[in-house]
Amino acid sequence: MEIKIRTRVIIIAAVMLLCVFGIICYPANEQEMVGFPRTFERLKENVRNRIRLGLDLRGGTHLVLQVQVEDAINVTVDLAQERLRDELKAKGIPANVEKKTEDRRTYLLITGIPQDKSGDMQTLATEQFPDWVLARRAGDPAARELSLKATAAAAIRNQALEQSKNTIRNRIDQLGVTEPTIAEYGGQSDYEVVVQLPGVDDPSRVKDIIQSTAMLTLKIVQDGPYSSREAALAAHGGILPPDAELLPGRRDTSGAGPGTEAWYLVNRIAAVTGRDLRDAQPRQDENGRPSVNFNLTRDGAVRFGRVTGQNIGKQLAIILDNRVIDAPSIQSQITDSGRISPLPTVNYASDLALVLRSGALPASIKYLEERTVGPSLGADSIRHGVVASIVGLLAVMGFMLVYYKGSGVNANLALVLNVIILVAALAYFGAVLTLPGIAGVILTVGMGVDSNVLIFERIREELRMGKTVGAAVAGGFEHAFVTIIDTHVTTIVSALILFTFGTGPIRGFAVTLTIGLLANLFTSVFVSRVIFDYVLTKREKGEAISI
Amino acid sequence: MEFFHEPKIDWMGKKWYLIGLSTTLMVAGLVSIAVHRGLIYGIDFRGGTLVYVKFSKQPDLDAIRSELKRVHLGEATIQRYGAAQDDEVIIGLDLGTTASADALDAGKRAIVGALAGLFGVGPAGKVDFNNASPQTVAEHLVVGDPLRLAFKGTDEALTGYRELSEALVNFRNSPPHSGLIADLQELRAVTGVTPAVLEALGKDFYLSQYAVRNTEIVGPKVGGDLRKQALYVTLAALAAMLVYIWFRFELIYGVAAVIATFHDVLITLGIFSLLNKEISLTVIAALLTLVGYSMNDTIVVFDRIRENLRLTKRENILDLVNRSINQTLSRTILTSGLTFLAVLSLYLFGGEVIHGFAFTLVIGVIIGTYSSIAIASPILVSFYQRVGQNRIGVKPRVYEREAAGTRR
Repeated sequence: MEIKIRTRVIIIAAVMLLCVFGIICYPANEQEMVGFPRTFERLKENVRNRIRLGLDLRGGTHLVLQVQVEDAINVTVDLAQERLRDELKAKGIPANVEKKTEDRRTYLLITGIPQDKSGDMQTLATEQFPDWVLARRAGDPAARELSLKATAAAAIRNQALEQSKNTIRNRIDQLGVTEPTIAEYGGQSDYEVVVQLPGVDDPSRVKDIIQSTAMLTLKIVQDGPYSSREAALAAHGGILPPDAELLPGRRDTSGAGPGTEAWYLVNRIAAVTGRDLRDAQPRQDENGRPSVNFNLTRDGAVRFGRVTGQNIGKQLAIILDNRVIDAPSIQSQITDSGRISPLPTVNYASDLALVLRSGALPASIKYLEERTVGPSLGADSIRHGVVASIVGLLAVMGFMLVYYKGSGVNANLALVLNVIILVAALAYFGAVLTLPGIAGVILTVGMGVDSNVLIFERIREELRMGKTVGAAVAGGFEHAFVTIIDTHVTTIVSALILFTFGTGPIRGFAVTLTIGLLANLFTSVFVSRVIFDYVLTKREKGEAISI
Repeated sequence: MEFFHEPKIDWMGKKWYLIGLSTTLMVAGLVSIAVHRGLIYGIDFRGGTLVYVKFSKQPDLDAIRSELKRVHLGEATIQRYGAAQDDEVIIGLDLGTTASADALDAGKRAIVGALAGLFGVGPAGKVDFNNASPQTVAEHLVVGDPLRLAFKGTDEALTGYRELSEALVNFRNSPPHSGLIADLQELRAVTGVTPAVLEALGKDFYLSQYAVRNTEIVGPKVGGDLRKQALYVTLAALAAMLVYIWFRFELIYGVAAVIATFHDVLITLGIFSLLNKEISLTVIAALLTLVGYSMNDTIVVFDRIRENLRLTKRENILDLVNRSINQTLSRTILTSGLTFLAVLSLYLFGGEVIHGFAFTLVIGVIIGTYSSIAIASPILVSFYQRVGQNRIGVKPRVYEREAAGTRR
């Protein structure tokens, strides 16, 4: 018996050491394996680093956004439309191609296919568009519908979501927000992303930066600028060349001021796009105006060098989100770097550089939810929460001492160990403590107290029945154990369901509850029993126990 | 010390009073919900905008209301919260009035704009310190350079002023200021602040009489999703518990426990409706806690019933259930009393954010305990009586065997 108790005490001590180690030893940097705190300040710092508080407790911004994945589908269909037209021309099929959207389904409608070419059409579709399905259209034998296969469409959507997440993460990282969370949210087909930004209390700039498309293209100017769209059209007899498009911009003659409206006829195909950027930095141009300087990747530089070399003397349009920012003349061949100027403000330039560096979004973004907990409110919540928990815990512990006397010490010890294990487990798992999480802790503490009360009441009952102290303790634990297992397993089962199917706040609750109840099984059944057994061995024969 | 020494209360003899009380509470709650045309959902579920504002002195709510009306936010709700001396107000806008799909934060901007209009925008060219971020403060300090850090190099100066600004803003945000200071001189308490710093701050900043402490904007989709999810997940959890209890006890125990728990949730929601309280996300967390607590309490009683059924061969089911409740009564009162103590402390000292949460638990602990005795146990008794063909006074043999059978 004596040895058995010693082994059990060692197990308990080992668990507690591991827990305390997890809570207070936080490595300050990557070289340091163990951050043993030598000062009180460092201790506080370590605990703060270890116990990560949710945004609702420490302040920050919580955004839920939806990636409009249909944008990516649209782009794919647009590209396919261009390609299909070329292919039809090459195969000599005189048919029309139109893009159609009906109840969230986007497809290409091909009309006017001659009877004898329908076989060629089918072959073309199978060979050149393997990800697509060609179907007859009801009511028109000369028409076909070319639509994306469901699997291909799903892949495009998921890729758009993945890429958006990466781009958003890049942008937020560049903003220097510490410990941001960017994760998928909601159901599979919702394409929602949750973004949590601790410490950010004015989300408007971050939101703009996340949302910004910042589609950069550099295109050779064919003609212009014209003072209006109509003037540009008139100069070309009302019809634009097929390889060109008309884009608005501003002509800035003086080098300062807003300039006048201008329309440029530019090549449809871009010489360089944002994807070819290696780096972008905010700078000032020679007139002291804000600008962004950029460098190109090796591939981009080769292409840019070729295009600029062939077009010396012509204008190069710098186009951002389909607006011409500037159209300088090409003086000589340019290879790997360029400049976007003039930009309205220094802040605009630095945000634009950031967005260009982080890559383009494949689809637009819609905000669904925005919550900002001001840091002052977060501080208040923490203070209140700590005060309330301490008052509550002290009241419970004080009562246990009065009601169960010596055994109350036992129960309180079990309760404290329970909380320590719970906190340590949260630290080890890197879980975040939120308000609903605290709800889980409260239920844990409630059930922890309950376990001890169940055991003690049972022991008292057994004593009343006239059993010896040893038999009463053994009987009490044995009987209460069945009940404790049933209550705990029932609650853990429900917590697992909540964790599996719930999101966000519900999950936070489930995590602390599950960990807490497992810890409680250990403390109230195992630890309490060891303490009782220890007391029993030290006891004089026939002496009563304090319960 | 002992509160109850072997109580002998005829609980099941009073079961009609208890069931009557429960029915009354449930009906009252349901009527209230019907009259309100549903529960009052918070912004989390309804969608809309909430802006929490703290004022430096007691705000004139009528002035705020008329200013909001002037900028066409007449539907906005204005309500005080927290302690009276905190001078805090929540301004809320429903989804219908503000949210367009493109500009989720239109409502927030309108409210903040109205407040700025009402309290003035401060002296020309000056920035409001009470609503400034550390970055803004740092930017101004770098330009003013009151500590003469510029000669050490730009980076040095930037770091120095950033740290100072964070200290200043932290001071402003921490209690007792809670986001609002009335006089820049208060900042003298911050380490590193010299009269030159205060002077530089005074040149660039003014102090407004309000600070926005918290904003919540929830779009229509999120609200609906959350509501559905909370419901389905709770039902799934209840079903899982039913299956487990079925496995450990018998089906009827699971059914009785789930009905009792359901009864608790229903009454709690009814009380929320009767008191015109909003159901927010934290209330849902509290309801989940209540489900767990109520279930726990019921299982403790059931466990004793199961044990007594096994041990005692010649006892009427009514007496047996009464005895089981009485045997566990001491534990029940103690546990729920202590849990009540803990959640009451949360309710009294926990602060504004967890008020709704703590309130739910204060009610929940009482009802969860009560339902084990008043709802779950009578269901069990009437089942045994019905299937036992009213052989009162005779040992319910059939169930005895079943109970023992499932145990293995």
